[in-house]
Amino acid sequence: MIGVELSKMFRRPRTWATIAVLNALPVLVAVLLQLTDLAPRPGEGPPFLSAVLTNGQLFPLAALAIVLPLFLPIAVAVVSGDAVAGEAQAGTLRYLLARPAGRTRLLVAKLVAVLAFVLVTVVVVAVVGYLVGTLLFDAQPVTSGTSGAGTSMSGTPLTPEELARRTLLAIGYVAVSMLGVAAFGLFFSTLTDSPLAAALGALAVLVTSSLLFTLDAASPIAPYLPTRYWLAFVDLFRDPVLWRDVVRGLALQGVYVGVLLTAAWANFATKDVTS
Amino acid sequence: MTSVIVTRGLVKQYGRVRAVDGIDLDVRAGDVYGFLGANGSGKTTTVRMLLGLVLPTRGEVELLGGRMPRAGRRVLPRVGALIEGPAHHQHLSGAANLALLDAAGPGGSRRTRKHRIAEVLDQVGLGGVGRRKVGAYSLGMRQRLGLAGALLRRPELLVLDEPTNGLDPQGIAEVRELLLDLHRGGTTVFLSSHLLAEVEQLCSRVGVLDRGRLVLQDGMAHLTAPTGATVVDTPAPERVRSVLDGRVLGTSGERVVVRGTDPAEVNALLVGAGVPVTGLALQRPTLEEVVLAAAGTSADRVERA
Repeated sequence: MIGVELSKMFRRPRTWATIAVLNALPVLVAVLLQLTDLAPRPGEGPPFLSAVLTNGQLFPLAALAIVLPLFLPIAVAVVSGDAVAGEAQAGTLRYLLARPAGRTRLLVAKLVAVLAFVLVTVVVVAVVGYLVGTLLFDAQPVTSGTSGAGTSMSGTPLTPEELARRTLLAIGYVAVSMLGVAAFGLFFSTLTDSPLAAALGALAVLVTSSLLFTLDAASPIAPYLPTRYWLAFVDLFRDPVLWRDVVRGLALQGVYVGVLLTAAWANFATKDVTS
Repeated sequence: MTSVIVTRGLVKQYGRVRAVDGIDLDVRAGDVYGFLGANGSGKTTTVRMLLGLVLPTRGEVELLGGRMPRAGRRVLPRVGALIEGPAHHQHLSGAANLALLDAAGPGGSRRTRKHRIAEVLDQVGLGGVGRRKVGAYSLGMRQRLGLAGALLRRPELLVLDEPTNGLDPQGIAEVRELLLDLHRGGTTVFLSSHLLAEVEQLCSRVGVLDRGRLVLQDGMAHLTAPTGATVVDTPAPERVRSVLDGRVLGTSGERVVVRGTDPAEVNALLVGAGVPVTGLALQRPTLEEVVLAAAGTSADRVERA
């Protein structure tokens, strides 16, 4: 069943089109940076971008930071919102359930497929970012000492191994953050027969969350907003690593994912399928 | 005879509307069961409850001896279904769609999958369709592919909701032949339809649904049994009345209905008296007459209360 859903996900042209579009923006940014040599000053623009000109190996992180606020969540919301509602709208849901695929199994398989999409997307963005970064920019460290391959956000040098390790952690952290979006999408997807409505529902949650985050009056609830710790992956590149927000971010996403998936299951397992 | 589908006091309530109102279906092994009812009479809701898609408000469903929806995992692999028209992934070929559906549940061996798919595609007349994407199929081809999906695991029971939708007359005849063929091979067929002619040509038993209630459930032979009258076609209806005094039940145009279960005897009397007879038959009610007598007005009429 999981194999079936994975096959459906990755045999679908739309999946690859989404991933391609997602990579277009960081590539465009890289090309513009290379042509103009005008990097944003440190502390401005997306994280890591200021350092990219001097070290192309930081570009995977810059690429993730570029797509993270908007593009990546949109893609994840669309794919996860489509999971159940898309089958309902196409009419294939009734055939799957009468096959019988089993409602819980189907939901788990959908979840795994969305999870696979999130991972593949994040990894592809990072890999494309690495290729573009090393191709267009200097891969050699300029500011750091003899053994360093890059610099942490705190200005101290990082060995190549350390940089790779922290980049992998960052990819994992971004994937977990997106899992929260996927949980919202999947939950809404079991509520409606319209994939568009489910995706927009998940996006509405994220927009609301980002908006409240900037509002001082909302500060009491700020620690519980789903987007609150998204950019905490930057902390993985401080020296020493600032774990506080990263751990809180993971815990928060864990709670959201747990609650939403339970709700999705409770709703879907007892729902009349009339589509 | 074992029962394949049994429902007891099946009720489905949507808010204040009772879509299905206490029906007791009984479909036996070997039946070709025609489930008739106007649009909106509750046919589709009932079919969905049989397959565990919609959960009953009250009452129970037994499918191949198992209580639905709990026994679904055990019994549904032995049931082939076409529910309210076919549905497929448009960007995949017909064979790829069938393979995905087959792999999505129990009871379809991976080893035989390719062979079974080729076989059912031939059976429904799509053997030569190749790798064309379903998005490029015509309505009739999609309907055939839906039917192929229902047949994929050689089911004991076929639950078909309007299986000839979108087919041309040749296609309808083909599907009818296919179903009769499967039935001869031992498959029980549950055919939900609003097309009386389709049901009349195919079915051995009939259930009629009217506004959520099962108003009729009986063998086709019994429902359309001779009424005990003979129909005479003649250019001289008034002379029939004078010859068969007191036996004439009614006249309409050149058609006279006469009491008597033996057309030969009626014919002998009329011809002996020199009355021209152009047609002669035992009177049988058509299924349409039976259904119209059992069911009320069309269910999609909404009258003022």
